[in-house]
Amino acid sequence: MSPDNTQDPSNDPKLPARTGGVESIGVRRGMFGVSGSGDTSGYGGLVKQTVFPSAGQRPYGGWFDEVADALEARLRSTDLVAAVEKVVIDRGEITFHVRRDDLPFVAQMFRDDEALRFELCSGVSGVHYPGDAGRELHAVYHLLSMTYNRRVRLEVSVADADPHIPSIVSIYPTNDWHERETYDMFGIVFDGHPALTRILMPDDWPGHPQRKDYPLGGIPVEYKGGTIPPPDQRRSYS
Amino acid sequence: MVSTGSTDERDLYAGTSDTHEGKVFTVTGQDWDSITQGLEDDVEERIVVNMGPQHPSTHGVLRLILELEGETVTEARCGIGYLHTGIEKNMEYRSWVQGVTFCTRMDYLAPFFNEATYVLGVEKLLGIEDGDDGVPEKAQVMRVLLMELNRISSHLVAIATGGMEIGALTVMTIGFRERELVLDLFELITGLRMNHAFIRPGGVSQDLPPGALDEIRSFIALMKKRLPEYADLCNANPIFKGRLEGVGHLDLAGCLALGLTGPVLRSTGYPWDLRKTQPYSGYETYDFDVQTWDTCDSYGRFRVRLAEMWESLRIVEQAADRLANLEGAPIMVADKKIAWPSQLAIGSDGMGNSLDHIRHIMGESMEALIHHFKLVTEGFRVPPGQAYVPIESPRGELGAHVVSDGGTRPFRAHFRDPSFANLQATSVMAEGGMVADVIVAIASIDPVMGGVDR
Repeated sequence: MSPDNTQDPSNDPKLPARTGGVESIGVRRGMFGVSGSGDTSGYGGLVKQTVFPSAGQRPYGGWFDEVADALEARLRSTDLVAAVEKVVIDRGEITFHVRRDDLPFVAQMFRDDEALRFELCSGVSGVHYPGDAGRELHAVYHLLSMTYNRRVRLEVSVADADPHIPSIVSIYPTNDWHERETYDMFGIVFDGHPALTRILMPDDWPGHPQRKDYPLGGIPVEYKGGTIPPPDQRRSYS
Repeated sequence: MVSTGSTDERDLYAGTSDTHEGKVFTVTGQDWDSITQGLEDDVEERIVVNMGPQHPSTHGVLRLILELEGETVTEARCGIGYLHTGIEKNMEYRSWVQGVTFCTRMDYLAPFFNEATYVLGVEKLLGIEDGDDGVPEKAQVMRVLLMELNRISSHLVAIATGGMEIGALTVMTIGFRERELVLDLFELITGLRMNHAFIRPGGVSQDLPPGALDEIRSFIALMKKRLPEYADLCNANPIFKGRLEGVGHLDLAGCLALGLTGPVLRSTGYPWDLRKTQPYSGYETYDFDVQTWDTCDSYGRFRVRLAEMWESLRIVEQAADRLANLEGAPIMVADKKIAWPSQLAIGSDGMGNSLDHIRHIMGESMEALIHHFKLVTEGFRVPPGQAYVPIESPRGELGAHVVSDGGTRPFRAHFRDPSFANLQATSVMAEGGMVADVIVAIASIDPVMGGVDR
């Protein structure tokens, strides 16, 4: 009954920091956040690629391979090998990028397979990458296996124009509120959720506040004759 | 005045309306008599009571919507969001260091845990978690010390408010009396009683002030005398046990399905504690035990919290001993591109900048001034990627999903707050029980609405 303390998932020296290279998911422009501020330094014209770690290569190292093998074996037996688009190893964490339609199946397997046994889901976190064309909205699930003392991350990406992801509330009931929050904040529609309504914002709130195109809001503050614009309109480093 | 629905006779406090589900009375207070008279024989008795969000026993601004049959709860729903302040969104507009100032305000009873999980995530992104150029040992020990003191103060509030809600006011008064001692220690060490923003990426913001270790030691000695008072007062108290035992039952399978962690999970007998199973900040080097109980109910959760305070006291004691040997050791990472350039010095007015540092940057070194300016206004850049480093907060698994795009500000910071996840168990714990037990069940979850709503 007592959890296995021998495997520390995060600080295990056997686990690689990263396998694989990087890929661009957008660009950052300028140096000072806002544009049209009369910046004559030239830094305003900077264009920098935002590069994220890309798919890793086998062997992943440590227990990463055990999990990936178990997953692959099950996927092959059901003819769904393409369900996992790529596996990213970065900073000692493993991320499975899962095809949208196969998420419930994959999540169910992560929960029930004897070699996987990820009993606990730590919820879903949305991320909005406006520069990642066709995959702007990401839903990130953190799963925890108490049996094996491991953590994995599942990531599902969808286009802004079609923000639908199947709900996994029937598999991990804890995701009920988490999916409502992600819907509230990012507008990702979790199909099959029992009651997908706003949870933190008022029911009649327009828009989804944590998307990158949603302004922070705020009013200019005056102090001793000077005016400071709200944080999202200030000159700031980006 | 019995309301009949006609406009001239409408009761201001108990209006009725005809809906497709029949006649609905909306009661806002002091008029139960008129309502009972107004109920006709053919009216199906189905009472929906709105409790909160300003009700004193709902732990802040939690709204409960209870459907009652007599005194039995048939359906319980939570309404949350009353304390939503957009902390996650705001953090995207501040530097990585400033983010600490925001997230410390989320779960206001456990500020150090909010800071720690965020900072551990940022440090993982920076690659400075440990090792020679990582976070120095003294900072790790100070984090552990503050977190465990914080666990004591948080559990004290959980027990105190839980006691108050069932009418045990003495538990409340002594709970807050002891919490005050912890807050005094926080004030001494960090300068603030709440919202410290003390744990920073790379270490902690200030060194331990002189005399702090003596204060901590006398606190430990005092707590060893006072903690048994809670046990004497509650453990075998027949009223206390009568109210708590068997209430808010949730077994291991229920906990895992609904994502409950912390004392609720440990009250099912499963010794899952991230400090032991997935240690961070050097917890693997401290000697302590994971406390469990096997009753799956509110009483078990009370006993787990009580026992955990003893364990925290053990850890605080060990941390204090280590700090005694670490006098003068660095508290911030050595990398000058991450570490804040100056230390505050206490002036005659009790606060102030470091005059030495000001002399250095204003009078001695242009490069130091540039460096100070760049680091303070621009901040440091964090390599792109994402990290999730959960920690064991007093309420369970608290984790920050931090994403960086390589900039000077968090691209996204999402907090998995245990109160948020645990509160989902309200319906399971409360439905089928009495109204009065709803309060006990929620108190045993110990939700903090600042963390739920963020």
